[in-house]
Amino acid sequence: MIPTFLHAIPLSSQVINLCAALMLLLAFAMLAQRRVLTLINLFMMQGFVLFVSTLIVALTTNQHELLVSAGITLVLKVIALPLILHRLIRKLSVKWDIETLLNIPTTMLIGIALVIVAFNVAQPISQLSGTITRATIGIALACVLLAFLMMITRSKAVPQVIAFLAMENGLFFAATSATYGMPMVVELGIALDAMVGMVIGGVFFFHIRQQFDSLDIRQMERVKEG
Amino acid sequence: MIELALVLATPFATAILLALFGHRRGAAEINSAGSLLTLVAAAALTIHIISDGPMTVYDEQFFVDPLNVFLIALTALVGFTTSLFSGPYMRVEHDHGRLSSARLRLYHSMFQMFMCTMLTALSTNNLGILWVAMEAATLTTVLLVSLYRTPASLEAAWKYFILCGVGIAQALFGTILIYFAAERVLGQSGALLWTHLDAVKSHLEPTVLSLAFVFLFVGYGTKTGLVPLHNWLADAHAEGPTPVSAVLSGLLLNVALYAIIRCKVLVDGALNTHFAGNMMMAFGLLTVVVPAFYLSRQKDVKRLFGYSSIEHMGLITFAFGMGGVASFAGLLHMTVHSLTKSAIFFAVGHAAQMAGTQIIDDIRGLVKMSPTIGWGLMLGSLAILGMPPFGVFTSEFMILTTSIKHYPWATPILLTALGVAFASMFHKVQGMVFGEPTVRPLAHNPALLPVFLHLGLVLMLGLWIPPYLAEWYRQAARLIG
Repeated sequence: MIPTFLHAIPLSSQVINLCAALMLLLAFAMLAQRRVLTLINLFMMQGFVLFVSTLIVALTTNQHELLVSAGITLVLKVIALPLILHRLIRKLSVKWDIETLLNIPTTMLIGIALVIVAFNVAQPISQLSGTITRATIGIALACVLLAFLMMITRSKAVPQVIAFLAMENGLFFAATSATYGMPMVVELGIALDAMVGMVIGGVFFFHIRQQFDSLDIRQMERVKEG
Repeated sequence: MIELALVLATPFATAILLALFGHRRGAAEINSAGSLLTLVAAAALTIHIISDGPMTVYDEQFFVDPLNVFLIALTALVGFTTSLFSGPYMRVEHDHGRLSSARLRLYHSMFQMFMCTMLTALSTNNLGILWVAMEAATLTTVLLVSLYRTPASLEAAWKYFILCGVGIAQALFGTILIYFAAERVLGQSGALLWTHLDAVKSHLEPTVLSLAFVFLFVGYGTKTGLVPLHNWLADAHAEGPTPVSAVLSGLLLNVALYAIIRCKVLVDGALNTHFAGNMMMAFGLLTVVVPAFYLSRQKDVKRLFGYSSIEHMGLITFAFGMGGVASFAGLLHMTVHSLTKSAIFFAVGHAAQMAGTQIIDDIRGLVKMSPTIGWGLMLGSLAILGMPPFGVFTSEFMILTTSIKHYPWATPILLTALGVAFASMFHKVQGMVFGEPTVRPLAHNPALLPVFLHLGLVLMLGLWIPPYLAEWYRQAARLIG
């Protein structure tokens, strides 16, 4: 038996809401994750959820442009970037556990506070939302903020770049699911920038390693006043 | 129309060409030639806009009006003079073995690519493309800052990459929010085009727009170097090659500020309050004060002038926040700051090469070894510190008088900050220029024409603003409101 209140909401929006919930869950999982390999897999899963939600929006609203952006998401976020990251990890032969600057429970608590902030900030917007998927813009903002938190609590270069990409995921989710798609040129541009950013990040890993014998950002911090 | 195509296509084509041949002899000349062609195209575009008024082209994706055509012309000009300076400068670096041929190729190609992204950001009508171009500008400059691949430059570039990456992500969220608000009014097509948004700005949802502005301001503000997100700026200026410091300070910061101003116009129209202006004034003031107190602690000459750039960006942001007459002053200050600061970096670059170090205490007696470099640095510093008769004095004077009139409480704060900056910077520059020489002459003749060309222009703007230029500023200031 389906509860009666659910009949009012079409299946597609329910699925998008489910995707939104999964996005948030995965963002938290990434925040709590200590192992780099698992982190990459979580990032891949988040990319896949993003792909599914974009696909559903594309099919229900008949916007064929969005099909292309779903395709880009699939190729880039689910296949290409995780592959590159895996190869990098193998080449650098680093499978170490991630050290966090704050311990995990504290980070999680801050994360919860951030989600509350995000929902509060997004509330006036979700009330205006013409799209049925109201909560998504709040969730997208929460994902962005959680990725941001992950970036500042991690001390190694690889997790920082993954956090950077996860932030892009949250933004992409806001663009496609909450507003039903930005113009195609913009999405192409964003995808291109993410790709180039990743490549530059990858190049950097090698140089940082050469220079410092480690990928720990903290080692770089010479005393530099001012 | 053809002019705009040339303005955008020339740096792109030159970048591709230099990616292939940038390590050969004559790459610096190709670089300069490409920049000169861009400058000529930009000048033609300017004349076209002055005679025919604003235009939108290419499916309305590009848009040129008095506000951005002035910045396009400035960008092309400083780009060209920087390319002139970079020729001999990079040759010296290459001779000293700091750069391999492959790195030189990367440098030349990325320099042109950087110009291309900035010009795209300035001329586009689409807020989404504006974002993409700004992000692309970040990525190209990350490669330029890390060019030497020393530990310090890698650190600076990484910091820049992460901090600006985070910042610019906030700006994207702001852009998405604007799209969200606009889509309800305009429908899906044209909801990100600035001209369309400007036409319906009073119908846009105020709550969403104010929230969007907060995100956009934080995002593009990071790139402008506004306190408290200014940490990347001094490092990036100090560790990259000097021509890059010159274009970062002289151009990129302006472009980021331009993005903020464009968004402010929309938000002002939707809110009918001084919300955006107040925010810009608050952060502008903070950005003037904080770096002023950091200046005296700097030991590295390029960091010193990096902090000075932060301070001036704060002043310009404050001016645009006040609006009205101050917008005119802000535009003038943008121009003179670009010209002066890039001239200073040209002089500083050669000074550091002569001394073999960037540490202020080890650079002594420039005037005795090379009077042109010494006086270039001295005059440039006097100009940037707001001494009459240079143009910076004029614009700072206008900003201060407007502030006395409308926001008298801010004036003593501004004056104190400017005074502190003067005291700490003048002393340091004096030490470098005069005194017993520790520096050696350069192996190649430095290109000092750009330094004096810029300072000459700044001097002229201080004494006399040509009427058509003043009219142009006035039109642009009216657009900003």
